[in-house]
Amino acid sequence: MFVQLLFYTFSLVLLATAAGVILLRNPVHSALCLVLTFFTSAAIWLLIEAEFLAIVLVLVYVGAVMVLFLFVVMMLDIDIEELRAGFTRYAWIGGITALVLVLEIVGVVATRGLSPTIELKAGIPPSDPTLSNTAELGAVLYTKYVYPFELAAMLLLVAIIAAIVLTMRHRQGLKVQDVAKQVATRREDRVRVLKVEAERRE
Amino acid sequence: MNQNALNPTLLLAIPLLPLVASLVAGLAGRFIGRAAAAGVTIAGVALACLLSGIVFWQVVVDHAPVFNQAVYTWLVSDGIPIQIGFLVDSLTVMMMVVVTFVSLCVHVYTIGYMHEDPGYQRFFSYISLFTFAMLMLVMSNNFLQLFFGWEAVGLVSYLLIGFWYTRPTAIFANMKAFLVNRIGDMGFLLGIAGIVYFTGSLQYTDAFASVDRIASDQFTLFGGHAWNALTVICILLFIGAMGKSAQVPLHVWLPDSMEGPTPISALIHAATMVTAGIFMVARMSPLFEGSDAALSFVLVIGATTALFMGFLGIIQNDIKRVVAYSTLSQLGYMTVALGVSAYSAGVFHLMTHAFFKALLFLAAGSVIIGMHHDQDIRNMGGLRKYMPITWITSLVGSLALIGTPFFSGFYSKDSIILAVENSPIWGAGYATFAVLAGVFVTAFYSFRMYFLVFHGEERFRHKPFPGEHDHVDSHGHAHVHVPHESPWVVWLPLVLLAIPSVIIGFIGIGPMLAGSFFDGAIFIDHEKHPAMHHVAEHAAHAMQMGLHAFATPPFWLALAGVVAAWFLYLKRPALPAAIAAHLKPLVRVLENKYYFDWFNENVIARLSRGIGQLFWRVGDRVIIDGALVNGSALAVGWVASIARRVQTGFLYTYAFWMVIGLALLLGWFLIRVG
Amino acid sequence: MITLQQMLVLSGLLFALAVAGIFINRKNIILLLMCIELLLLAANFNFVAFSRYLGNIDGQVFVFFVLTVAAAEAAIGLAILVCLFRLRRGIGVADISTLKG
Repeated sequence: MFVQLLFYTFSLVLLATAAGVILLRNPVHSALCLVLTFFTSAAIWLLIEAEFLAIVLVLVYVGAVMVLFLFVVMMLDIDIEELRAGFTRYAWIGGITALVLVLEIVGVVATRGLSPTIELKAGIPPSDPTLSNTAELGAVLYTKYVYPFELAAMLLLVAIIAAIVLTMRHRQGLKVQDVAKQVATRREDRVRVLKVEAERRE
Repeated sequence: MNQNALNPTLLLAIPLLPLVASLVAGLAGRFIGRAAAAGVTIAGVALACLLSGIVFWQVVVDHAPVFNQAVYTWLVSDGIPIQIGFLVDSLTVMMMVVVTFVSLCVHVYTIGYMHEDPGYQRFFSYISLFTFAMLMLVMSNNFLQLFFGWEAVGLVSYLLIGFWYTRPTAIFANMKAFLVNRIGDMGFLLGIAGIVYFTGSLQYTDAFASVDRIASDQFTLFGGHAWNALTVICILLFIGAMGKSAQVPLHVWLPDSMEGPTPISALIHAATMVTAGIFMVARMSPLFEGSDAALSFVLVIGATTALFMGFLGIIQNDIKRVVAYSTLSQLGYMTVALGVSAYSAGVFHLMTHAFFKALLFLAAGSVIIGMHHDQDIRNMGGLRKYMPITWITSLVGSLALIGTPFFSGFYSKDSIILAVENSPIWGAGYATFAVLAGVFVTAFYSFRMYFLVFHGEERFRHKPFPGEHDHVDSHGHAHVHVPHESPWVVWLPLVLLAIPSVIIGFIGIGPMLAGSFFDGAIFIDHEKHPAMHHVAEHAAHAMQMGLHAFATPPFWLALAGVVAAWFLYLKRPALPAAIAAHLKPLVRVLENKYYFDWFNENVIARLSRGIGQLFWRVGDRVIIDGALVNGSALAVGWVASIARRVQTGFLYTYAFWMVIGLALLLGWFLIRVG
Repeated sequence: MITLQQMLVLSGLLFALAVAGIFINRKNIILLLMCIELLLLAANFNFVAFSRYLGNIDGQVFVFFVLTVAAAEAAIGLAILVCLFRLRRGIGVADISTLKG
């Protein structure tokens, strides 16, 4: 019963902050709401015993991605009013679409024989109940999924390089040393020997 | 496996050797030089000739079983396998030996004839390629490969007629040959299509096995009139043969093909390719035996060609054209033999004719070399003294051609005449008259040419009919060219060909016409078509047949022809012109070749151009260009101008549509699946 | 205890909110990116829930990869945003219709 209560509390917070993300006028506020959304999600995942992913969500999302969001939002000089213009123009379509989607998803859930009484852990038990969630994940991540794992690492590397390449700026007119160029200079590039005719005395 | 069965690898090597040689000479000719190109092609053909001889020996002497199997399956379409396969029986091996032997002679001859030509390697490549194509044609065991060989020899013929591609006349001639052959090939292709339609197979054996079934079937053509299916197929196939073997009215390309180099005239347009039609009909004998109507058609066409093309030979003055018309006439004889079901006699004549006609052509080429490329026989005369070997071999060839007893031409031609006389088939009476009259005509024009060239006054000293070659003289000789004997590479093939021209008939007639040589290869319904039976009785005794000939009309007709030629062109040389002046309308008809070319150019070609113009104006420019091409482009543009509005370029529009699409998909999933 | 149905409905609601956010904030590219993060989160909810329900860890591995891709996507998306801002002195999506070609 206590778990139920916690679940409903977190769910309410989750939905409220998600609504805040999409409705608040200031992008900074939205980003902060998103941080809270991820936090509560992590909490719910803890409730259903997915501890590793919950921690990863906090570390990666809240710690890195959301900080990046906030950083960018604050760094850019954004005209909020301009962005909010025509705010409600398509809001009704969004509302209808969202409603339809909710009805459809609930319909699917309801018609698939997933009665409200089936508990999450009542299904098939995990293969080895003694292992913790992290150990369980690690056991497959480095064996069965080792190639996708390496690919994911490559993907992140590429993303890092891409982000740097995209944002790096070469400013003109900066007085910086180019060491390689200095070292590679040869004598002929710099020194010019001229033969000057001696002037004749008048 | 039988002990003396034929080896497929050996059979495959026979056509492939000339092909490889041709590719080497053609593609690498520039790098390996003239001598190497000639060497490699001659080696290829010589080896093919040798192997053909071995196979001939295996089949004829060792009685190897008939080889009939596929060596390679290219693809299977709708249950019909498309294969390369060989059918090797007595008919095939005879053709293989003839083709490779004549081809070899021509290869050797070419060294001498073409030695000044810049296209030396190209020429060797072409003739080797021709040998390959012809071998594929005769060795085939299915209709598609036959058609491949058929078209391939046509292509090489086109290339070789236009070998001197800077001459407008040569280009006109090769285009003409190509177009006329297309008409025949269209019929041929339709015939093959008919066979596939009725039997569902491209194999000869399947077609032969279902003759009775086809014969009882009917086509409905031309406004509901029902036609016997076998007759239609046979006539269509024969139309193909008419194109390739130059039968009236598709003969018009052959005289013009003399624009090509002389070795080609000998190899392709006399000895081998033009006989492909004869070979094909003989090969298809089980089909043709089933249809008397088709045989009568063949007979009448052949008889017309045999007689009327001979007349044209009388008035020609170009040495090669005389021989060309003689070829047409002889092809007519072969076709007549086919028409009266004397297939073996037709093929026998094909073989003897291949030797003596190749000989005559090569001799004509030798004369042309000796005359420094002047081809007008009115400028020749008395060459006997200057070109003795050419003279003797030409005489042998001419005697064989007119059917002098004991020469090869006599046996084959008299067999045909015997067969026609004894045939009960419709049109045989006309054919008998035609072939008998043809004997006189043949003798007359052959010896007219012979006397004009080798006897009489030495007209080359003053040249009564100067041609183009007299203006452009690159040899730097004195004004009067005294003819000289040709080099050994030219006369050696003449001698090689002269030997079979004399003896092959005497040797061959017994087994080929009376014996069992063609058993299994050629089928004759003796009940319905007894002509061949009569021939076989005579053919069994070659010696007696030769002696008996002195008491038969063909011999006296031939003699009369020779005497007439002698009288008109040696004794009274002024007389022919006087006769021509009296018979002016007749001469004009002959000079215009019965107006076939006139008709083709002014009626058929003009009509085709008119229809083409109509299709171009209405069909192409209005319907296709206007309505279909530009119309569809306009329609697309119009639809796009509306559809373009969907593409706003704003990121969120695309996002909206994606989300809406997702919602719809989910809804569909819920309704349909859920 | 928590039921599977509860989790699925919760993720559905989160998904719908994110979709609505895309429509509402159509001009603000930063918020569009945030909405995409929310969409991915909603999807991850499903993965985790079914992974627990079926006793199969593979679902959680998939979440792991989704998080990786989402992080990469956010990094590059923001980098593009910075470029865009430098180029146009603003990030309004309303006046960018270069996709039209």
